[in-house]
Amino acid sequence: MELIKPGTNFDFIRFRWIALGISWALIAIGIFSLILRGGPNYGIDFSGGVMVHLRFPQVQSLNQIRQALSSVQLGDATIQDFGTGGTEFLVRLPVTSSETQGITDTLTRALEQEFGKDHFEVLRVELVGPRVGQELRQRAMLAVLFSTLLMGSYIWFRFEFRFGVGAAVALVHDVLIAVGALSLFNYEIDLTVVAALLTVVGFSVHDTVIVCDRIRENMRKGGRRDTMGTIINRSINETLSRTVLTTGTAILVVLSLFVLGGNVIRGFAFTLLIGFIIGTYSSIYIASPIVLWMERSPARR
Amino acid sequence: MTRQSILYRTLLILGLVLVALIYLVPTFVTDLPAFWKNYLPSQRIHLGLDLQGGTHLVLTVDLNKAVENVLDRDIDDLKREAAAAKVPIETAARKEMQIELSLGASTDRNQFTDFVKEHFPNLTIQNSSTQDGKATFQLGLNKREEKRLREFALEQSLETIRNRIDQFGVSEPIIQREGDQDIVIQLPGIQDPQRAKDLIGRTALLEFKLLSEIADADSYTTGDKPLPPGTQILNGAEVDTSSGSARGHRPKYLVQSQTLMTGDTIADALVRPATQMEGPYVALEFNARGAKQFDDLTGRSVGKRLAIVLDNTVYSAPVIRERISGGRASITGNFDIKEARDLAIVLRAGALPAPVHVAEERTVGPSLGQDSIRQGLRSFIVGGSLVVVFMLIYYKFAGFLADMALTLNVLFLMAAFAAFQATLTLPGIAGIVLTIGMAVDANVLINERIREELRLGKTARAAIEAGYQRALPAILDTNTNTLLAGAILFQFGTGPVRGFAVTLCIGVITSVFTAVVGTRVVYDYLLTYRRLQTVSV
Repeated sequence: MELIKPGTNFDFIRFRWIALGISWALIAIGIFSLILRGGPNYGIDFSGGVMVHLRFPQVQSLNQIRQALSSVQLGDATIQDFGTGGTEFLVRLPVTSSETQGITDTLTRALEQEFGKDHFEVLRVELVGPRVGQELRQRAMLAVLFSTLLMGSYIWFRFEFRFGVGAAVALVHDVLIAVGALSLFNYEIDLTVVAALLTVVGFSVHDTVIVCDRIRENMRKGGRRDTMGTIINRSINETLSRTVLTTGTAILVVLSLFVLGGNVIRGFAFTLLIGFIIGTYSSIYIASPIVLWMERSPARR
Repeated sequence: MTRQSILYRTLLILGLVLVALIYLVPTFVTDLPAFWKNYLPSQRIHLGLDLQGGTHLVLTVDLNKAVENVLDRDIDDLKREAAAAKVPIETAARKEMQIELSLGASTDRNQFTDFVKEHFPNLTIQNSSTQDGKATFQLGLNKREEKRLREFALEQSLETIRNRIDQFGVSEPIIQREGDQDIVIQLPGIQDPQRAKDLIGRTALLEFKLLSEIADADSYTTGDKPLPPGTQILNGAEVDTSSGSARGHRPKYLVQSQTLMTGDTIADALVRPATQMEGPYVALEFNARGAKQFDDLTGRSVGKRLAIVLDNTVYSAPVIRERISGGRASITGNFDIKEARDLAIVLRAGALPAPVHVAEERTVGPSLGQDSIRQGLRSFIVGGSLVVVFMLIYYKFAGFLADMALTLNVLFLMAAFAAFQATLTLPGIAGIVLTIGMAVDANVLINERIREELRLGKTARAAIEAGYQRALPAILDTNTNTLLAGAILFQFGTGPVRGFAVTLCIGVITSVFTAVVGTRVVYDYLLTYRRLQTVSV
């Protein structure tokens, strides 16, 4: 079976300006969404606070839970249905001081009074103090930044400087769009999402390496006859079958994680899904054209 | 390709499969025979807290408080010894982590400086000035002393918490320090996280103080009259927890500020069961020094009321009827048996040198863990099958080989988890699922290359050789990159995320091996022994 027929010669490079427009549009939509929502939607890990994940045997309404919590002074609790049609809820509370000892206890006691001790279950409690939240946020940003630089340098070291630049720009592009998509679809950015972003970075470079590897090979083979544009185009076409297949299988498993993996890792799976698609696209339409542009820039000739 | 090389590689792979299976047996077989336990690995795959349920805590020890406690004690000592040395101190009080102190009008400041140097080598004078003709000083702990104190307080907190958890009874807890003020605690599979947290986080400072004997003590505890010097108001424990309405009513006590004795001399603390007269209580037994102190204390204060204060809460304040020798005392209150048991534990394990705050908590109930395992497994099976079927349809025989490689890959990955005792977390399971999707990449690269070579009209043997050879650089480069990403993830992540990073890295290594070495040997066998003419790819 063949999805991409041999001899396929699609002129990718010709559409690079349109692609660039699409990329900017996607980034702009993401940034617009971020601005509208007043910044990234950080989960407990990064914002700090308390999150309690509850499960009820019977369907409850948000109001019933809100009522139960109104008897205790706990600050601005936000209550969210956890996508199971009224049986699971997330209750979130801000943590303002380091006095965190009693918060979850107070909360569960209030629920016990309203619903009875055995009529609900605390599935998960996450509490992140302000200091830890800040530390984690810093570490996450450093990790994304550092991995982008490291990946770029690796490609530079293995190939050429411009390939490295192309790869690094593509990575920044992927992360920006993924973060924008998270905001647009209202997913929280938590630790697992950052892990997914780093995986996307790895995956995207993966693709870029394959294309670059082929470009280098064809540059050696092609000699002086072909223009860089032709070589890049041919390389993308020759690896297209592999690109489609690998991305395809990767998306297949990520889809199964997204659909079947449960709510706890849905944001993680979503990030991978968007990231893999964008990552594949960016190795073709961001990384490769940059290699081409840097070839043409007079400074490098 | 020599026949010998094929044989060796086949044996290597079969050997690895055997080892992997041996490592996996304990995870899937519950009753291991005795000989297995003696001679073969018996560790199971270790599940993270998010899968088996449990509590992950990061406690911050308030080390500033430890410093402040020492300074408070120094103030008392300073006053006393200064009086003995005839250095007139007019006022002395602690302000944050400094002692502010002023001398009488006509005092020579050098005299005081010498006095501090001689009697309080742990203090340094950080600042001095003259106000209204009086010399004032700011003293603090000197740097080395402060560093030693912080280190000691953290170590002691760690030790105390470890003691408490040991006595509470949690299987395989992890308790370790992190950085210079945090303690990380992992309690797998615990049923009542709140109780454990209360037990661990409690300072458990036991103090004995005398109740103030001022006649109208009540007027101080109810109103806001300025307190008589040397006294303080402490809350009592909650009265009568059984009747709901009285809950929250806490009596107040006016006590003398001076602590006569602390709980550091407790040799043992035992729960005594409830009697008809009263609920369960905790019986204390002092060591020799404590017994002597308690003997003196009670002897001096017959007829007075002794407040038994735990973490600034008065549990009871009985009247001392007679001198108590023999070093025994008891703490009564409105405990149920669990509370009494926990109280005994903290008293036995000793007080924390400084209060602790919960900086991070992640608790996962057992049922969510079960759900996660089930959901993870389901997406693994569905995602995996889709990939396997797809490869089979797309590449036929070569796809079958890739699927075999994939199966071996999962086998090796799981075995590596058991062998290295890596922790499997929910993101880790996601990582395994992801590895399946990405591990086929190596075989896709190889197969595409073989197809290309075949199109150029090469023979089966030449196409296969060229395919593997030319795909290899790309395979190595891409996987090195994923390893780098994994390493960064590991560096950055904690707990579950680390589990993901570990899965990713192990998966990369096993997938390169199975895809490149594993499938190749089959081709070589077919080419050499079966005179393979055409490649089904």
